Amino acid sequence: MEVKPPVPQVPSPVWSEFKDLQEWEKYHQERPTNDRTSEALTSIADAIHHMPGGWIVTTSTDKIFNWARKSSIWPVTFGLACCAIEMMATFASRFDVERFGMVPWASPRHSDLMIVSGTVTIKMAPMLKRIYDQMPDPKWVVSMGSCANSGGPFRHGYHVVKGVDRVVPVDVYVPGCPPTPDSLMYGLLRLQEQVAHFIQTGERPTATGPA
Amino acid sequence: MTAPTAATAASQIQERFGVNPASDAGGLAVPLPAERWPEFARFAKDSLGCRYFNWLTAVDWKEQGIEVLARLDNLDGGLAVTMRTRLQPGVTRCPTLTSVFRGAGWMERECFDMFGVVFEGHPDLRRILLDQDWEGHPLRKDYAVDTPQAPYR
Repeated sequence: MEVKPPVPQVPSPVWSEFKDLQEWEKYHQERPTNDRTSEALTSIADAIHHMPGGWIVTTSTDKIFNWARKSSIWPVTFGLACCAIEMMATFASRFDVERFGMVPWASPRHSDLMIVSGTVTIKMAPMLKRIYDQMPDPKWVVSMGSCANSGGPFRHGYHVVKGVDRVVPVDVYVPGCPPTPDSLMYGLLRLQEQVAHFIQTGERPTATGPA
Repeated sequence: MTAPTAATAASQIQERFGVNPASDAGGLAVPLPAERWPEFARFAKDSLGCRYFNWLTAVDWKEQGIEVLARLDNLDGGLAVTMRTRLQPGVTRCPTLTSVFRGAGWMERECFDMFGVVFEGHPDLRRILLDQDWEGHPLRKDYAVDTPQAPYR
């Protein structure tokens, strides 16, 4: 039997090959958007869904998946400014979001949620986008505080992004300057409600669409 | 090395540079022509003992030109000298202080970044805070703050 060497589909990402951020972004653009594993899963799910009575299986597995997703949302520890102090207080023992299954995790590769806590400057925005790109799908973003929502008091500064939704898509906006841990916890619970309605095709609830 | 008193320093400056230093908060304010800028810094460092380069900044007075300010401290005796020079309207060139104080380099880079003051003789005059491809100098009074710029605003 002839053994063929595997054909490399994706160029191997070695950090020393990247000279700067531009080359990294270029590599990400050249990469195929969907891999074969999720394509296979999608086709299997479609096949089951089109069988007679198959929708019972898919919808109930959706429910299970969504229950699992919403019960263990891991936020990446990404503190930008003074809102991060309130975020840390929310993670700490007094408010303790770990009882919702939210474990602050220090790696974007294992995280589902990014809490943008603070002012996003134009110089910081590419790094924020990069961290968002490093998170695996499905992923969510909570914009915490006035600065991340709209630029806040620094909106008319020369260096501030006027709302983080110009950089990454945002699911929940938490107002406040900074929001108290209670506000952030309310926002996280609203996010859990949204995740519970997340359907397998990856459609997100929008302002006009289903909640 | 004991620091000269403010009155002694003022008379020395008057004698050497022919300007009348005004007393401001805790020190002397010395208005200077731009061409005597590094010379005065050398004098203040060597003769007045102001060896601590505290800060350097600028003020945009619109059509009256840009004023560059720097504060030198004598930490031994509490003497502080604020040197200030008013550039001509439309002029953005000023001599550098890096030959006297190495630490002035980053301050002058920041001043160039924010006000566009070109310090002549600076070894490495690049932007220090903003991106290298930034257009304009944001602390100038005529900078349009809300100008939309790609890609995030």
